[in-house]
Amino acid sequence: MPNVIEARGLVKKYGDVIALDGLDLSVAEGSVLGLLGPNGAGKTTAVRILTTLLKPDQGAASVAGFDVVRQAEQVRRVIGLTGQYAAVDEYLTGRENLRMFGDLYHLAPAYVRQRTSELLERFDLADATDRSLRTYSGGMRRRLDLAASLIAKPSILFLDEPTTGLDPRSRIGLWDVITELVAEGTTVLLTTQYLEEADQLAEEIVVIDHGRVIAQGTSDSLKDAVGGDRVEVVVTDPGSLGAAEAALREGATGEVIVDPAERRVSAPVSGGSTALVEAIRRLDAAGVGIADVVLRRPTLDDVFLSLTGHAADEEEVA
Amino acid sequence: MSTDAQVDSVITMRSRPIFGWALHDGLVVARRNLIQTVRVPELLFFSLVQPVIFVLLFAFVFGGAIPIPGADPSAEPDTSVYRQYLMPGIFGQTVAFAAAASTVGLAEDMHRGLIDRFRSLPMASGAVLFGRTFADAARQILVLTVLSITGLLVGWRINGGVFDAITAFLLLLLFAYTVSWIGAWIGLYMPNPETANTAGLVWLFPLTFLSNAFVPISSMPDWLQPIAQWNPISSLVLATRELFGNPTGIVGDAWSQQNPILYTLIACAALVAVFAPLSIRRYRQTTAR
Repeated sequence: MPNVIEARGLVKKYGDVIALDGLDLSVAEGSVLGLLGPNGAGKTTAVRILTTLLKPDQGAASVAGFDVVRQAEQVRRVIGLTGQYAAVDEYLTGRENLRMFGDLYHLAPAYVRQRTSELLERFDLADATDRSLRTYSGGMRRRLDLAASLIAKPSILFLDEPTTGLDPRSRIGLWDVITELVAEGTTVLLTTQYLEEADQLAEEIVVIDHGRVIAQGTSDSLKDAVGGDRVEVVVTDPGSLGAAEAALREGATGEVIVDPAERRVSAPVSGGSTALVEAIRRLDAAGVGIADVVLRRPTLDDVFLSLTGHAADEEEVA
Repeated sequence: MSTDAQVDSVITMRSRPIFGWALHDGLVVARRNLIQTVRVPELLFFSLVQPVIFVLLFAFVFGGAIPIPGADPSAEPDTSVYRQYLMPGIFGQTVAFAAAASTVGLAEDMHRGLIDRFRSLPMASGAVLFGRTFADAARQILVLTVLSITGLLVGWRINGGVFDAITAFLLLLLFAYTVSWIGAWIGLYMPNPETANTAGLVWLFPLTFLSNAFVPISSMPDWLQPIAQWNPISSLVLATRELFGNPTGIVGDAWSQQNPILYTLIACAALVAVFAPLSIRRYRQTTAR
């Protein structure tokens, strides 16, 4: 798949503050890239440059093959943007909002009408179509906001912290919609502070801090880099700890740790759930009684912590 | 682009309007801003109340205290002369304050991220500002109507011809449109709507009071008189007084006072020529904060 978003060496300074410090990005057509980083890491600045809202001080970027500075107009025709705010008009109804954005994309009126009904239906807003947005909940506004960015069926969608401030139910609802869009072939660049969100939605994750890429890869490869998965077993009989340790050592990729007080044996493995199944088979063959067994995977929080030295949601003390 | 997408775009895209996209986009935004006016009746109500209160305050509180030189005191009681004199001043002040609406409106749009969204659309880049200034000026039609009725109730009269009266109202609307561009430019520099609420108004008070809107320029200190005479609000107010056939007081010697209609038109053209490009340039660089 060709890359539809390409950024090389983006630099953006606000006075003395360096928002972007040589950022490189590439997103393949039809994929989802999760741009992960703490507050102030440069995520929003990156999105603003890619969506033609800001000009980079240095470096270049292209979206769908168009240069974001010299061919901004062409870029705007193929992208949709949903920012951190629900950027919709408070006083208009849901339908009026979508109609306005459709008109501004220069879509034919009949098409706007059809697309508006379709989107309101799909985003579960059909009942609220003709109500002013002042009566909408936060989740409804965000859904309408996303609908507005989809009115012209953009092939590339930028979502800047799309679920910030939403309750868990609305967040999961929005995830479902995004997953559907991706299944239909939309390329998505998503920024988030929520590691769970990146894990859930993005195939490829780029971790940035201080305006630079500090790690890149799939969610799994990032986790592997931190130390990979561990199989942890709690045995029923303390006497079988030795047998359990022997059984686990066979598939382990490193040192096996035995904790007699907890009757727990823990071994690093590779291969995820396959390793877990194999471990259980060997324990069973060795006649070890199992009270509990888990495959503990490192979370992206672990990844973030090990990369940056601070947790993702933690404000850095400079 | 695949052939599919091309076929698709033929069906879904609107054909280019006769007057071009810039006007189309501007009107789409203006429609949005005007719908807003109707949806928030409170805002409309209070934007009408303020000038009406000014009419009543000046007519009844200050009316007797401000003599209008040059008016013939024997013809009518003095308070009535002042009310005749006052109304064009209130009209002028009111349309000048249209600028504040543009300042606050744009600051709110920026704050809500709407400007970011508009800027990410393939629309004409001046359209958001054209739509805003157009809507804020158009709203003044309603304000001027309510104000005129109030004026008629306190004794103001149109003594000139119908054509002259229409010219006066058009001049007022042109002025509203002009100052809306200044207001828009200020709005685009505002860090938040709260600041915009204050900053949108501060410059308007000296501007409107340093004019002939409420008191004759001849009553001001000598050093202030040239400033007031060249203040576009003074020429606007003087022009409307002449067009409505209301008392004008003593007209100054400055060219701006001798040719108030022409000077008002030139001032409006010059201000739009400066502030429209400045605002559009700022708009192209601005993002939500």
